[in-house]
Amino acid sequence: MAIRRKFFAGLTALVSFVLSGAAQATAELNMRPGVTETSLEAFELHMAVIWVMTGIAVVVFGLMIYSMIFHRKSKNPTPATWSHSTTVEFIWTIIPFIILIALTIPAVKLLIKMEDASDPDMSVVVTGSQWKWHYKYMEHDIEFFSNLATPQQRENFSLEEAQNNPNYLLDVDNELVLPANKKVRFLMTADDVIHSWWVPELAVKKDAIPGFINETWTQVPTPGTYRGQCTELCGKWHGFMPVVVKVVTETEFDDWVAQKKEEKIAAEKAAAEAAAQSWEMDKLMELGKTVYDAKCAACHMQNGAGVPPTFPALKGSAMAIEADQINAHIDIVVNGKAGTAMAAFGNQLTDAEIAAVVTYERNAWGNDTGEKVQPADIQAFKAGN
Amino acid sequence: MADHHPTGLKRWLFTTNHKDIGSMYLWFSFVMFIIGGAMAMVIRAELYQPGLQFVDPNFFNSMTTMHGLIMVFGAVMPSMVGLANWLIPMQIGAPDMALPRMNNWSFWILPFAFTLLLSSLFMDGGAPNFGWTFYAPLSTTYGPPSTDFFILGVHMMGISSIMGAINVIVTVFNMRAPGMTLMKMPLFVWTWVITAFLLIMVMPVLAGAVTMMLTDRHFGTSFFDAAGGGDPVLFQHIFWFFGHPEVYIMILPAFGVASEIIPAFARKKLFGYSSMVYATASIALLSFVVWAHHMFTVGMPVAGELFFMIATMLIAVPTGVKVFNWVATMWQGSMTFETPMLFAIAFVILFTIGGFSGVMLAMAPVDFQYHDTYFVVAHFHYVLFPGAIFGTTAAVYYWLPKWTGKMYNEKLGKLHFWLSMIFVNLTFFPMHFSGLAGMPRRIPDYNMMFADFNQLASIGAFGLGLTQILFLAILIKTIWGKAEKSSDKPWDGATGLEWEQLPCPAPYHTFDTPPKVS
Repeated sequence: MAIRRKFFAGLTALVSFVLSGAAQATAELNMRPGVTETSLEAFELHMAVIWVMTGIAVVVFGLMIYSMIFHRKSKNPTPATWSHSTTVEFIWTIIPFIILIALTIPAVKLLIKMEDASDPDMSVVVTGSQWKWHYKYMEHDIEFFSNLATPQQRENFSLEEAQNNPNYLLDVDNELVLPANKKVRFLMTADDVIHSWWVPELAVKKDAIPGFINETWTQVPTPGTYRGQCTELCGKWHGFMPVVVKVVTETEFDDWVAQKKEEKIAAEKAAAEAAAQSWEMDKLMELGKTVYDAKCAACHMQNGAGVPPTFPALKGSAMAIEADQINAHIDIVVNGKAGTAMAAFGNQLTDAEIAAVVTYERNAWGNDTGEKVQPADIQAFKAGN
Repeated sequence: MADHHPTGLKRWLFTTNHKDIGSMYLWFSFVMFIIGGAMAMVIRAELYQPGLQFVDPNFFNSMTTMHGLIMVFGAVMPSMVGLANWLIPMQIGAPDMALPRMNNWSFWILPFAFTLLLSSLFMDGGAPNFGWTFYAPLSTTYGPPSTDFFILGVHMMGISSIMGAINVIVTVFNMRAPGMTLMKMPLFVWTWVITAFLLIMVMPVLAGAVTMMLTDRHFGTSFFDAAGGGDPVLFQHIFWFFGHPEVYIMILPAFGVASEIIPAFARKKLFGYSSMVYATASIALLSFVVWAHHMFTVGMPVAGELFFMIATMLIAVPTGVKVFNWVATMWQGSMTFETPMLFAIAFVILFTIGGFSGVMLAMAPVDFQYHDTYFVVAHFHYVLFPGAIFGTTAAVYYWLPKWTGKMYNEKLGKLHFWLSMIFVNLTFFPMHFSGLAGMPRRIPDYNMMFADFNQLASIGAFGLGLTQILFLAILIKTIWGKAEKSSDKPWDGATGLEWEQLPCPAPYHTFDTPPKVS
């Protein structure tokens, strides 16, 4: 009996040690509780299940360890001969059943709440594509792409970068800005493959599926920046398309909307001016390289060699060299190529940018056609399209 | 009667002997285990620290894909079929499998299937890179050209599995020795019969999925393409209708192994034999109605999510019964802890940990936070490595004397166990934490906040990988090297026809005349 008592005392000490350790290090070991009502409830449910499971583990594994110590051959040379007990078996079928029902009830309630996206204050269409997000505010006539802040090229990802940048792989050029305390409905879809939009602190994760629209929602009480990542394997740069949501107060949000609208008008004006000019070769090449490195190099590589056959080479490609293919070249950049990863850039880039990048592709890496494509050519192409 | 015992290469090519075929299956699965393991080492090396160090993200995706496919279809499933071949005829008192030529064929398809699959690594555009779950349209419209080799490979594996399953069912229902009633069969036979039914039900579904992929890719159909009126989510429904029973296909035979080994070393009859059988059958039946719990984030109607959540949680009941029965078998037994018993006990404990995280994942509102993170990776590796693979390892140690007539080195066996036990937990336990902290699965690079746990997991993985080389060394030493001869009954608590009526090693042909079953 003394040994038995010592054993239990030891076990209790061990369990309490492990638990207190876990409690101190909660921030690193556990799920983040998040900031929304639903995320907090999900966290509570998560903790409840963890404790129930821990309890069951202590009982079951405790019995096993006890048995391994006291029912070994040296301690118990003659084994018992029983091998059946309907009562016991009935009990341990019923008890898990009851525990599961107890867990299911709050889960059902929370699930129904989380899936109720009705009566939103505003709606945002979230479109995933390889490998960026596009946000469109239904009520505000604002839309923009949100890319990883660092261009998606191998050499940009290193241990030093990770150590120097606290938001390594979790930072974008344009955040999704949302007002606090408003019920925001997200309409999720995708252009190419399935992506999944996840922000842990909002407890929102929904797949973005090409050709279908999914619905989810959030209501964030506290301003702040919340970061997440794409969680459905979507190709080569799947790990490099973060989600960043910046929640601001309602007045800040209104200011932001006004500012975005001004920017949009200014950008349209600048684009029109740029398109009206006739561009010199070195200016086209300079802008072309910037655009290429940001938008094209992730697949076609910085040296234009691509990763054939999935991502064809542009260096030496007939389309980028032969003069009679110039329209086909513009077409594929503007409209993309159905059934491949080649996206349509007609709405993502200005006419001047498209002209510059096409020019760049026709003259970089020894393609040297000497041909210039002007913004006016792009306008003409779009007009005749 | 003298043993008819052909020799040389032809013995292995043309054999219809269940023991030869069983050995080939087991060795084949070990080779695949090493290849799939090497790929895991590439993955863990890349994830050892943040930044892209060794491989291109696309190749990383190929590695996670091929690692999964090879481990599931090449290592775990064939190892279970190997055990079935060796053990089922001996355990039910049959002279061989019912369909020996088909048995030969179902094995010999596999090397070709996997050559086809592995050859994709050397093709333009790289190996399949869309995950072992090959979700459309990433695997159809966007898949690399080698996807077609993958499709053909999966078809061949499927044919092999279906034939293996038919063989088990026909053997068990027709070739039992007189007196070996269904409810007297060893649990390993029971779990395998149920597994075989699962295989026959779902492998054709998988074949349908990959055929639809093929026609979507090349013949103008749009099963999974919304632009043509199809639905990418349809793919996931079909895949997981196969995929969830597949999970049990991999684990049920291991349940059977544990139900043989634990009573043997506790020197006490298995507790609740009939409830074990019914629990296994319930798990198998439930596995057909829970598939969409893998898809809680695809945007199902709430009613659908509720159904799949509740049905999934129900699985915990029969699974719990099995675990309680194993514990009750140990209770007041007279246990010794040789290597097979150590692996079997670790199987029960660690599989149960995988079961706990399984219940957590079943709860849809919280699953939104776990889904597609490392928490899921931790969960299924707990049920597959210390689950299915520890189960097979325990079986190999337990029946090795029966197969070879020689005894493995107990000290080395225990060393193999303890190293595996430490490293398997070091590898997979930290993944729970990186998942909860928010690390998505299938990413080659990550933020510093996930660095510590990834480093631990990588160290664990390298250790776990090296430890399995020790296993290979133990096997070689036992089979071909200097090893102690085994007595006919090396485990005093072992029961069943193979231990009670056959010598060690079992002769090439056994039970030419049916044994008497008491």
